[in-house]
Amino acid sequence: MTATQRKPQKVWKTNNWVDLFLTAIRIGAMAFIGVGLLAFVLEQAGGEGLTGGAIRGLFVTGISQGAMYGLIALGYSMVYGVLGFINFAHGEVFMAGAMSGWITSTILFENGMWEGEAKFVLALLIVLVIAVIVSTLATILIERVAYRPLRESPRLIPLITSIGVSFFMQNAVLGLFGPASKTLPAPPPWMSAEYTFLRIEGTKILVLVIAAVSMAGLWVFVERTKTGKAMRAVAEDKEIAALMGIDVNRTIVTTFAVGGAMAGVAGVLWGLLFRGVSALTGFLPGIKAFTAAVIGGVGNLGGSMAGGLLLGLVESVAPLVILKPLGIPAVSQLKDAVAFAVLVLILLFKPTGLFGERLAAEDRA
Amino acid sequence: MSRSATDIDAKRSTYIGLIAGSTVVFMGLVGIGVGLNERMLIDPILSLGYLFVLTVPFVAGFVAANEVVLEGMEEPEKGSRDLLAGGIAGLAGGLVVGLFLVVLNRFDLSEWMPRWGDQLLDLFSFRQGVGLGIVISLVVGAVLGAFGGGIHVLKPEAKRLLTIVGVSVLTLAILEAVVDDFLGEIGLKSLARLLYASGGGLAFVPALIVVAIATALALGFKGKGTELKNQYDAMDEGEQKKYNTYMMFATIATAIILPIFLGKIVNELLANIGLFVLLALGLNIVVGRAGILDIGYVAFFAVGAYAMAVLTTPEAPWRLNDTFANTAFSWLPVLPWLVALPIVVVLTGFVGLLIGTPVIRMRGDYLAIVTLGFGEIIRLLFLSDWLSPTLGGSQGIRNIPGVDIGIAEVNGTDPRAVFWLVAVFVALAIYISHQLETSRIGRAWMAIREDEPVAEAMGINTVTTKLFAFVTGAVLASFSGAIFAAKVGSTFPNSFLLLVSIIILVVVIVGGMGNIPGVIVGAVVLIGILGGPKQPGLLAEFSEFKLLIYGALLVFMMLKRPEGLIPNAARTRELHLEEALQDAWLKGEKPGSDDDEAVATA
Amino acid sequence: MTLLDIKNVTISFGGLTAIDDLNFHVEEGEIVSVIGPNGAGKTTFFNLITGLASPDHGQINFEGESIIGLDPNEITARGIGRTFQNVRLFPQMTILENVMVAQHCRTSQKIWGPLFRTKAYKEEEALIRKNAEEVLGFFGPRLIGYRLHQPAFVLSYANRRRLEIARAMATQPRLLMLDEPVAGMNPMETAELTQLIGKLRSEWGFTIVIIEHDMRLVRDVSDRVVVLDHGVTIAQGSYDHVSTHPDVIEAYLGRSAGDK
Repeated sequence: MTATQRKPQKVWKTNNWVDLFLTAIRIGAMAFIGVGLLAFVLEQAGGEGLTGGAIRGLFVTGISQGAMYGLIALGYSMVYGVLGFINFAHGEVFMAGAMSGWITSTILFENGMWEGEAKFVLALLIVLVIAVIVSTLATILIERVAYRPLRESPRLIPLITSIGVSFFMQNAVLGLFGPASKTLPAPPPWMSAEYTFLRIEGTKILVLVIAAVSMAGLWVFVERTKTGKAMRAVAEDKEIAALMGIDVNRTIVTTFAVGGAMAGVAGVLWGLLFRGVSALTGFLPGIKAFTAAVIGGVGNLGGSMAGGLLLGLVESVAPLVILKPLGIPAVSQLKDAVAFAVLVLILLFKPTGLFGERLAAEDRA
Repeated sequence: MSRSATDIDAKRSTYIGLIAGSTVVFMGLVGIGVGLNERMLIDPILSLGYLFVLTVPFVAGFVAANEVVLEGMEEPEKGSRDLLAGGIAGLAGGLVVGLFLVVLNRFDLSEWMPRWGDQLLDLFSFRQGVGLGIVISLVVGAVLGAFGGGIHVLKPEAKRLLTIVGVSVLTLAILEAVVDDFLGEIGLKSLARLLYASGGGLAFVPALIVVAIATALALGFKGKGTELKNQYDAMDEGEQKKYNTYMMFATIATAIILPIFLGKIVNELLANIGLFVLLALGLNIVVGRAGILDIGYVAFFAVGAYAMAVLTTPEAPWRLNDTFANTAFSWLPVLPWLVALPIVVVLTGFVGLLIGTPVIRMRGDYLAIVTLGFGEIIRLLFLSDWLSPTLGGSQGIRNIPGVDIGIAEVNGTDPRAVFWLVAVFVALAIYISHQLETSRIGRAWMAIREDEPVAEAMGINTVTTKLFAFVTGAVLASFSGAIFAAKVGSTFPNSFLLLVSIIILVVVIVGGMGNIPGVIVGAVVLIGILGGPKQPGLLAEFSEFKLLIYGALLVFMMLKRPEGLIPNAARTRELHLEEALQDAWLKGEKPGSDDDEAVATA
Repeated sequence: MTLLDIKNVTISFGGLTAIDDLNFHVEEGEIVSVIGPNGAGKTTFFNLITGLASPDHGQINFEGESIIGLDPNEITARGIGRTFQNVRLFPQMTILENVMVAQHCRTSQKIWGPLFRTKAYKEEEALIRKNAEEVLGFFGPRLIGYRLHQPAFVLSYANRRRLEIARAMATQPRLLMLDEPVAGMNPMETAELTQLIGKLRSEWGFTIVIIEHDMRLVRDVSDRVVVLDHGVTIAQGSYDHVSTHPDVIEAYLGRSAGDK
């Protein structure tokens, strides 16, 4: 063995069957994807694949969904950075925003605000502000009731609690507002027209613009304000931050609140895009946003947004590009399975996430 | 120094009362109350809905009067101040409900909330209209709150008596279906008619008689329980062992004989409970013993059920279609359940290995999400058109035959036989769990749960050991799945939703992680009363709200009793370790002093 | 025979070099103390040997074979047992279980044994139990008798340290590594443990490496003392040699006088 090896090779050992098995699984997964891609390329070359328009459509859909995943992922990422646990109920905070969006937009629609250009923009602003307030309040309440008393507990305890909160909120909303899916009023016609040379639907442009603006706002808040600095300090080391005179409690609440606000925005966007929300709206986007956070590296805000976009793209493109060429029928049914598979694959190759967090040995639970 | 009635913390009481009032309003809006009002518990006076709504101010009063006595503080004198603290809390709660009545009357939000309306108004105002309703809610709140606070004033014997009487009346009311069924089965239908009112619920007079009997028994057997326990403790090890054996045989005998005297409904319930006991025992090894938070546990239940269905069903989709599976495996005969079982177990174990290998190295929280992902992937695959020629897609697999045990076929039409079958496997699962937990592997699991890096430094191969726990859990779930397929006679992807995993997790946590008897009791109580994901419990009216209650229960348990209701001694110590250390510190014992124990045995 | 041989080992964490080109060896049957001011890299040094950290480069040979890249459990199985500076027991397991579980790598029963209660299983359990009681008995009556079935966290600080040593002994190592074994103990307890460490070699035949701040213990038990500072060996030899070495005095006095 040379003395300069950075990562020493593992010596052959008795329990290696687990590693062998893992390697086999990895190779199998790679082979599956590889064969799928190859089949796709062959199909395209043979001229019976997707048309350019179809591919463009997939990309646009993927990116606009991904933007929402990214917005939700920010909340996971920030809370994980500060408290080190996955706030499983974050998807439900998003759902609360979406539900409030349904109520306010319906009321505004009934009062004739959901049409025209200036009026619609104003109405949209109102809806957004209220959704942000609702989501922020919801997340602050959750933090206060369920997480704060558990701050010193073993790591899995708050995680289990957050699963309970998520389950509770889903079913509470189900009970309060009934099980039927709620339909949001249709946006004015100019919103559904297609714009630019890419022929993107107006609503999708709107989603991307709002997401970009919120993201920029968040970036300014975290990087440029005193509170943002405090948040980063607390994420780095709570004790030392406290010694530096930072109010750790308040900073943690702020972190939750900001994450909640982003989820609220995402909730409204979801409503605009799909025009249907229900108590179960939060579950899948929540898990997918977590996946996005893992892709981008938890704690890394820009990464979360990028991870969201990437996941949205993969989820939209992969079924048609990898699964369909393999001869699997009705691939759109497997869209969600693909999103979960992305999570599994990433952690299959990097068990601590794509950017592998730095954790002290003591903290490795 | 004794304290007068004015010393109470009125602000805290009010705060608790406001929370309680909001809780009641929330319950009303969600539908608990109106939705449960049909079910009578004690015929004219108490319905299930009111039980829920009225318990809240009572508990609020109890909590408000429950003062934290800090080390070195004088124990406050019990008395009118408890009543007052409770009363204030109740009054504050009543105020919230009263205000809500006004809002309910003035505004119409039924467009958004389906429960908003007159029925809710009637419930909260006791059908007396808004004006009188406000007065009533204030009075009822204050009185119940004061009662709640008054509990603290009672002597321990009185508290015990009250608990016994309350619990026995409620149990009898909740167990209506069971008792009715049992009495009918042994030819005492008339007694059941006497006991229960025609519209359901304990009749008023029999309820009074039950109270009287319970009181008499409680007074008669006072102290007998402690006496028995003392006697047991006084026995030497051999005698205790003998006694335990007797108890075991008695339990087994009851399990064999009891179903004979029970009707279809109750046996069905028992069989469902048994399936969940099996699942909970499996998850208990994974979560409770090895500390691996697997929230995709339903995947193994699903694989077990589907594997059994595929192997034993003559009309399974893959046999009927011209699929790859059909052509490649057409030589495979339709297997009887017992022959298929080992294959199912091995297959599920293999799936456990397949899922476990990549996840087992991940940190706890990532592992949780990824197992959830796997659970959903498996369900989505079962649902997909891709695999539907083999697994039936959303149509599932139907006409799964029962278990042919020679003399008879066990299937869904005979819940009694299903229960016996389940009981055999529960006994097997208990044996496996117990033997493994007390063995070398079980100790290693526990060490990993406590401190993984140190366990590794002490020579434990944490990867294989955890993987072993994961696969053992999968195997136990496959038992449950195999019986489930034969019992229900069909498998659909939607029987295996995420919420099944969560309900099993709640059962394990409520029962007490890592504790076999606790987990069994947890399953019996929760699944028995609230019901499983699709299966109704004794309170069938709950079906709409049970998921809400499961969620609330999970949060509550984590906040207040993470060790579970029936805790395992070791687990309790773990979770209250810090408190114990603090107590020791307060008592002035410092670390380092020899002879020595810093902490008294918890 | 050289039991442990470390050559040119270096490790750094994010730019900070914790161990710098270190050479170190332990002969069979030796008791070696590693001393040095706080932050000198002593615990990192232990972590390197027991596999909790991997060196950037260099060689670590145990019984003539490289142990770099082995998992901690494999290193324990090879025969290196350790304790931790900040006592890390399994607090909720009983005292007996703590010591029983440490024999994991010396035993082999898996599924079939416990499930069918085979003879081999029962014999192995009995042996584990016997070994455990023997190891615990080494510390006198403190850890046995009714204590066996008490959870580890009820123990006093000194007893926790003792139990941790017992747990390391139960892994049946050839090399026993003790990280500050008497930290927090009073002079009487320290004196007693000093004696016991001597017995660990004479009666149990362990080779021992100790990190310690308590100089009396170091003086009384060590054959050889190695002084680390900033990840570099600044002196080694007998206690008398080292304690008068000018570099050592500077390393200690140049820092806080509060160091023991």
